[in-house]
Amino acid sequence: MEVVQIQRTLMDYTKSLFMEGLLDSQFLQLQQLQDESNPDFVVEVVSLFFDDSEKLLNELTIALDQPSVDFKKVDSYVHQLKGSSSSIGAQRVKNACVAFRNFCQVQNIEGCLTCLQQVKQEYYLVKNKLETLFRLEQQIVTSGGSIPMIEMGF
Amino acid sequence: MKYQYISDFFIALAYFSIPLELIYFVKKSAVFPYRWVLVQFGAFIVLCGATHLINLWTFTMHSRTVAMVMTTAKVFTAAVSCITALMLVHIIPDLLSVKTRELFLKNKAAELDREMGLIRTQEETGRHVRMLTHEIRSTLDRHTILKTTLVELGRTLALEECALWMPTRTGLELQLSYTLRQQNPVGYTVPIHHPMINQVFSSSHAIKISPNCPVARIRPAGKYMPGEVVAVRVPLLHLSNFQINDWPELSTKRYALMVLMLPSDSARQWHVHELELVEVVADQVAVALSHAAILEESMRARDLLMEQNVALDLARREAETAIRARNDFLAVMNHEMRTPMHAIIALSSLLQETELTPEQRLMVETILKSSNLLATLINDVLDLSRLEDGSLQLDLGTFNLYALFREVLNLIKPIASVKKLHVSLNLAPDLPEYAVGDEKRLMQTILNVVGNAVKFSKDGSILISAFVAKAELLRDPRTPEFFPVPGDNHFYLRVQVKDSGIGVSSQDIPKLFTKFAQIQSTAIRNSGGSGLGLAICKRFVNLMEGHIWIESEGLGKGCTAIFMVKLGIPERLNDSKLALMPKVPPNHGPTAFPGLKVLVMDENGVSRMVTKGLLVHLGCDVTMVSSSEECLRVVSHEHKVVFMDVCVPGMDGYEIAIRIQEKFTKRHERPIIVALTGNTDKATKEKFMRVGMDGLILKPVSLDKMRSVLSDLLEHRVLFEAI
Repeated sequence: MEVVQIQRTLMDYTKSLFMEGLLDSQFLQLQQLQDESNPDFVVEVVSLFFDDSEKLLNELTIALDQPSVDFKKVDSYVHQLKGSSSSIGAQRVKNACVAFRNFCQVQNIEGCLTCLQQVKQEYYLVKNKLETLFRLEQQIVTSGGSIPMIEMGF
Repeated sequence: MKYQYISDFFIALAYFSIPLELIYFVKKSAVFPYRWVLVQFGAFIVLCGATHLINLWTFTMHSRTVAMVMTTAKVFTAAVSCITALMLVHIIPDLLSVKTRELFLKNKAAELDREMGLIRTQEETGRHVRMLTHEIRSTLDRHTILKTTLVELGRTLALEECALWMPTRTGLELQLSYTLRQQNPVGYTVPIHHPMINQVFSSSHAIKISPNCPVARIRPAGKYMPGEVVAVRVPLLHLSNFQINDWPELSTKRYALMVLMLPSDSARQWHVHELELVEVVADQVAVALSHAAILEESMRARDLLMEQNVALDLARREAETAIRARNDFLAVMNHEMRTPMHAIIALSSLLQETELTPEQRLMVETILKSSNLLATLINDVLDLSRLEDGSLQLDLGTFNLYALFREVLNLIKPIASVKKLHVSLNLAPDLPEYAVGDEKRLMQTILNVVGNAVKFSKDGSILISAFVAKAELLRDPRTPEFFPVPGDNHFYLRVQVKDSGIGVSSQDIPKLFTKFAQIQSTAIRNSGGSGLGLAICKRFVNLMEGHIWIESEGLGKGCTAIFMVKLGIPERLNDSKLALMPKVPPNHGPTAFPGLKVLVMDENGVSRMVTKGLLVHLGCDVTMVSSSEECLRVVSHEHKVVFMDVCVPGMDGYEIAIRIQEKFTKRHERPIIVALTGNTDKATKEKFMRVGMDGLILKPVSLDKMRSVLSDLLEHRVLFEAI
């Protein structure tokens, strides 16, 4: 059956995201918070994350482009990004932010720029994956199925 | 003529005076029995006297009257004298016998006197002996005994010199130990095998010896004849001599010699009673000496015991102190060693999760491996100490035996495959699926044994087989002290691990289970290991009432490790219970905190939303603010809890906390302030506590964590998560 097929695809897809380290258990927590009273919780939070992150990344790019870089400001942006990404469980983004912060601490511009690239990379990757995920979910819902819960034995 | 007259006159006088005297004295003495005879005698004498008197007149011519008187007198005299003579014939023998009797009595009296003298002497001797004995026995000091003996003997017997010769340690000589007159006897010695000395020693009597004998030549040479000398032996008795039915004289071998010398120039002789006295005294001295010896012995033994007691007490206290110190040390080490260990391991593994360069990753992996090794070692040592203490107890529980073996296999397979060893597991079909025992420690044991097999094999295969030990096979001839008794609710699991590795030589086999003992072979030493593994296994196996041993044909021929442990058979009911693997309960639990008003302050929109989602899910009524000013404005006494994100640098969450506290004067109106932070350092935590925050949670917060946090907070009003 089609729904089952899509469901299985969704399961495998989600699993792969976890396996690859793109998402961690925090994402599962978010999914658990989703219920009848809050049916689109995850989508809402993730969308908010996307908006926030876009803004932050832009700011970071501008800040690092300055002739004299205000590392404090950069650090605070990265801190914010780190907070958001860890809140939704975007593990790789968060890790990249951690590395970014280290370079900020030592005020290494080259390192920061490299890190920024990395963060952006990870961010777009996870954004892509999550959008695919939501599309799959949407498909299931419209087909009348229910989104299966993932049991991950960590 | 004239002279005749005078003579006659005097005769007459005498004749008259004698009876007067006689009568006078007879009157005086009361005892003379023959009065009548005396009277007669007196009469006879008187008449004789009268006759002689009358004779005076007859010298000249005398008248007829005178002649008549004379005749009468003479007639009377004759009559009396005849009668007297006749009487005397009867009396004289009597008188003579009186005389004999008198002589006899006198002799008797003299004899009695003599005897009485003797008795008196004897009695005095006896008294002296008693007194001597009393003196001797009244002290238990050897020197006093001997000195007193000599003094008293000297006094009693009026001796010139009295000496005691004691045998030397070698027993070949007699040494002069005590004398009466000389104050400090110089150490004369005399060889013991002198014929005279031997003679004295062989008899229990006091024997007279010649004054020229070496033992008697201790006084300065006398001018005249030296007095007689007597020597007597004094047996020196040992404790062991006092057997029940064995008189001491028979078994003693050592004697001392007592020499007594009468004063020179006194011509005194040794009397028998004196010799007897000497013998008695010698015996008493022997007894007294032995008593003194016994007492000395027992005092010495008692002192020794007391010393030993004190020493033992000290040793015991030292041992107790040592044990306490060790226990304290272990207790401290247990915690102190493990905490940093865990921190290192935990943080290293966390570090592994982060982005690292390949070199860094290698370093972290090495750190992790080393710290795991160290943690294992620490655990091993601590376990072993607890095992030795006897304080280790098994955690009994029901577990799946098959699953255990599979797990072991899974754990060992990667390592084995790296070494190109083939591991196979053979479980007997009658092996029960579930058993009751200490799963963790059984696994530890099996892993250790199998691990050893892998460690000491360079190639080949390892075969693990497990089966239920049958009754006949339970008794192993090699281990006679192991008596397994099969029963209804338990069975003996027998596990054999056979490898084709370097094996063990037969003399090394007993050492295998000794702590820290390593087989002295470079190959083995290079394989690592602390030498504790098998020792711990053995103790675990013993705790499980089993037995473990290793068989090997020799070096290079592989070896087989076999152990048997007692496991319980779980009841039938437990099987069905275990079949259901408990599922994780769904997180859609009932809302735990309906209507609880909370305030969430977070600058980061996303995390703010996540936190709100969490709390809403738990049924709270959530108000969201994004800045500290807004927070201060909005917060009211209706809000029960304030969740504050404080890990944003530059924003002083602490200050807000203080300001909130200031806003509410009464403590019970104030909401509980909880900080949310991703910051894991202790300084932060302390700062929060000082500021007065009621709680601290680490981000990211899971649903369960939030739920438990809230319930804890509302119950205790304080929560500080262990960082």
